[in-house]
Amino acid sequence: MELLLKIWRQANGQKKGSMVNYEVKNIEPDMSFLEMLDILNQGLIETGEEPVAFDHDCREGICGMCSLVINGSPHGPDRGTTTCQLHMRRFKSGDTIYIEPFRGTAFPVVKDLVVDRSAFDRIQQSGGYVSINTSGNTVDANAAPIPKPDADEAFNAAACIGCGACVAACKNSSAMLFVGAKVSQYSRLPQGKVEAKERVINMVKQMDKEGFGNCTNTGACEAHCPKGISLENILNLNREYLKAKIIK
Amino acid sequence: MDNKGQMLSIKELADMLNVSQKTIRRHINSGKIKSVKLGGVHRISREEVSTILEGEEIIEDQIINSGPAQEFPFPSKVPSGELKNKWSNHKGTINLVSPANKRNIDVIVVGTGLAGASASATLAELGYNVKAFCFQDSPRRAHSIAAQGGINASKNYQGDGDSDYRLFYDTIKGGDYRSREGNVYRLAEVSANIIDQCVAQGVPFARDYGGLLDNRSFGGVLVSRTFYAKGQTGQQLLLGAYSALNRQINRGKVEMFSRHEMMDLVIKDGKARGIISRNLINGKIERHGAHAVVIASGGYGNVFYLSTNAMGSNVTANWKVHKKGAFFANPCFTQIHPTCIPVSGDHQSKLTLMSESLRNDGRIWVPKIKEDAEKIRKKEIKPTEIAEENRDYYLERRYPAFGNLVPRDVASRAAKERCDAGYGVNKTGQAVYLDFAAAIERYGEEKAVSSGQDKNNRELVKKLGKEIIKAKYGNLFQMYEKIVDENPYETPMQIFPAVHYTMGGIWVDYNLMTTIPGCFAIGEANFSDHGANRLGASALMQGLADGYFVLPYTVGDYLANDIKTGKINTDTKEFDEAELSVKAFIKKIMSNKSGKSVDYYHRKLGKIMWEKCGMSRNAKDLKTAIKEIRKLRHDFYAGVFVPGSADNYNEELVKAGRVSDFLELGELFAIDALERNESCGGHFREEYQTPEGEALRNDEEFTFVSCWEHMGKDNRPKLNKEELKFDSVELKSRSYK
Repeated sequence: MELLLKIWRQANGQKKGSMVNYEVKNIEPDMSFLEMLDILNQGLIETGEEPVAFDHDCREGICGMCSLVINGSPHGPDRGTTTCQLHMRRFKSGDTIYIEPFRGTAFPVVKDLVVDRSAFDRIQQSGGYVSINTSGNTVDANAAPIPKPDADEAFNAAACIGCGACVAACKNSSAMLFVGAKVSQYSRLPQGKVEAKERVINMVKQMDKEGFGNCTNTGACEAHCPKGISLENILNLNREYLKAKIIK
Repeated sequence: MDNKGQMLSIKELADMLNVSQKTIRRHINSGKIKSVKLGGVHRISREEVSTILEGEEIIEDQIINSGPAQEFPFPSKVPSGELKNKWSNHKGTINLVSPANKRNIDVIVVGTGLAGASASATLAELGYNVKAFCFQDSPRRAHSIAAQGGINASKNYQGDGDSDYRLFYDTIKGGDYRSREGNVYRLAEVSANIIDQCVAQGVPFARDYGGLLDNRSFGGVLVSRTFYAKGQTGQQLLLGAYSALNRQINRGKVEMFSRHEMMDLVIKDGKARGIISRNLINGKIERHGAHAVVIASGGYGNVFYLSTNAMGSNVTANWKVHKKGAFFANPCFTQIHPTCIPVSGDHQSKLTLMSESLRNDGRIWVPKIKEDAEKIRKKEIKPTEIAEENRDYYLERRYPAFGNLVPRDVASRAAKERCDAGYGVNKTGQAVYLDFAAAIERYGEEKAVSSGQDKNNRELVKKLGKEIIKAKYGNLFQMYEKIVDENPYETPMQIFPAVHYTMGGIWVDYNLMTTIPGCFAIGEANFSDHGANRLGASALMQGLADGYFVLPYTVGDYLANDIKTGKINTDTKEFDEAELSVKAFIKKIMSNKSGKSVDYYHRKLGKIMWEKCGMSRNAKDLKTAIKEIRKLRHDFYAGVFVPGSADNYNEELVKAGRVSDFLELGELFAIDALERNESCGGHFREEYQTPEGEALRNDEEFTFVSCWEHMGKDNRPKLNKEELKFDSVELKSRSYK
């Protein structure tokens, strides 16, 4: 396959960036999208140029480090797929592919396609935990049975990989799917109920402080989430937030 | 390097071959090495270097002969007394640091996977000031997140006869009797606590319909003790530890340094007193002082280039610590995982694991008839067209007691054996089948009966069976389909072994302290618990045991003597020197103005490692590997090109640093494999096998931990031996038949 790539290049957060054209050849359908970028980069290095910077690590769809907006779509054209799991058989020879970073006020560009998503960490630090010590001196794990449907729901919410595609997909750059997933995981479990009120208030406060926008229910986040995190988590976030605000 | 493409001096050649200059001179005088004299000085041409590297003689006198076992210079500190009381007695008698003093003590933790994140959280909670470092953009991305199958604990919830002792025994046996009894028993002992702790943190483990925790089986054991969260157990456990870490960051007790690489360890007065790090965003070299440094940076499987590790997984922190004096134990003990997606082409950047849990329900086979295998490779027939009687379920055939659930090393070797014999199935012949058709039938029938439907309706049975398989392994099947573009519900998966985990690592005593006072190593980074082979679902167990329940207490035994030290000053000559050497390295690695990429050399190293130090090894290949790695290391410095600058985000520079460490580790790895003249666990030496092709241990001579000591750049590493004593188990030949 031969492809024309139009890639966002930006030296660092202070400099202005622009789209730059690159041609790649000998791309095989079994390659992953990131392996295609590896080939581009090897070529650039051999001709003395700086390679295109992009985030990636596990390359098996679980660490949440890879990003990229591919042809306008966070993580590319396939549903339920991270960029690292996207394969070139999805494209055909002669295609033009636009590759941009995840954009959002709260996700400043570090270099080229690499953005700073530490805002997500700070939201989690503001309340995304159960305040128990890690001494191991707790009750037996089977002391309190948890109904399977609740456990399954909590698991589904906890499957979020924190990649930020929801923010990149949203026209408001809202992080409510991300925050909603964490709040929902704990709200489904007895362990999370004790601090439910403080948790949701603090996390929402931090979310606003970071500059994420509000939700206007377009559902773009759910559509682009590689882990299929449901929009219901936003509903649940709103419910938990209201509950916390109203019930003193 | 100034000698690029030029002539080498005697010193340079000696460095490269790891021999003394005297040896080189001797060979020049005898005419074995051809040199030319330029300005009165001997110079050796690059062509001659290649000839030397291909020859045998020079290398022969480099092979380390360690001689008889000497007194091991460091006590393992395993407490005396009965096995099951060791840990509680030890905890009850070691030194403690008072809460008031903990506030004045700083601890650095490098790595934020299960071990690092849980240790950081617990240390902070106890009152220490923690600085945690990771190279990823967030601590949540550490590669523990990719662990799929589960975590062992001796809860005996299934009532199938499990106990601490049984978990201990399985782990010791699984490790082929090359791990330390005391450490392994402690691991088993705290395992149940891990599950309690994680549930209390809100980790959503799988549950049954009664709301209680569910279990499954893993290889090498005969009980069901593995707790899991679908195929994402590592993710859920790591997010649990990450949440505990976040809580302490929020309290101001942990300062988090993401996108930072540890570049060196700083030692003052014989004690670890801090690290030099590089900020990966702006390239700044930073100094961080602390009273103790904990290495939790994982394993070194990426020395093979292709592995199931993340792209960024590296040995750098471990290697820097090793070069500063910490012994590196059993570097050749590597786990090759039997069920990974096979390599599809030269472009491949990494390999993907298919969880061992799949072997609960999948049956492994290859065609019984060679012609069938050939037809499959040519895509003339499909696997589903091969009749039952023409399939060779070789694990069930060879190991009837454990069948498809034999330990990983055994399953991997058996797959290689079949493929080498010509029965491999994909286009490269390097794959076997993992087939779910029988499980789909079985589950389907059960479901049909229990829901009052017709179990003779094959279509219905298949449909119901597929639903159950989907509920159990859905995400793994989906991942497989995305990568291979085949539907594993309809056609068997193709799998092949791949490098997955490294049992070897930094040597630690019972307190998890390395041979450098104040420097600790936990999780996959250390060596202690898995011997020569790790059983499934025990890496997560060890990471969390070390981090939550062991290190935070044992570190007190050391720090109790450090309460009067006060803040560590980083404005000292030791920090100056370490920083200068880091900067000098960066300058050197960026000095070539053109050349090959870092990946080019990394791939070459990986090929040498896989072909000569991989699933089976022999002395001849290992010797060749040592020579090839030395030459590659030389070529790397002469030819690597790192574009960009050092004061900016520069992934090539980061990779170059890591690969330069892999190029040194790779050699030690091969030397270790060569020195261990036996087969045990994942270390299979072709010279040492039973007539049936099973690993042949040599307990008489090799019941020890190989502890390699770095003797300086120009010297051979020294082998120290920690004898392993077994008081509670009898060393047996490991049989799964």
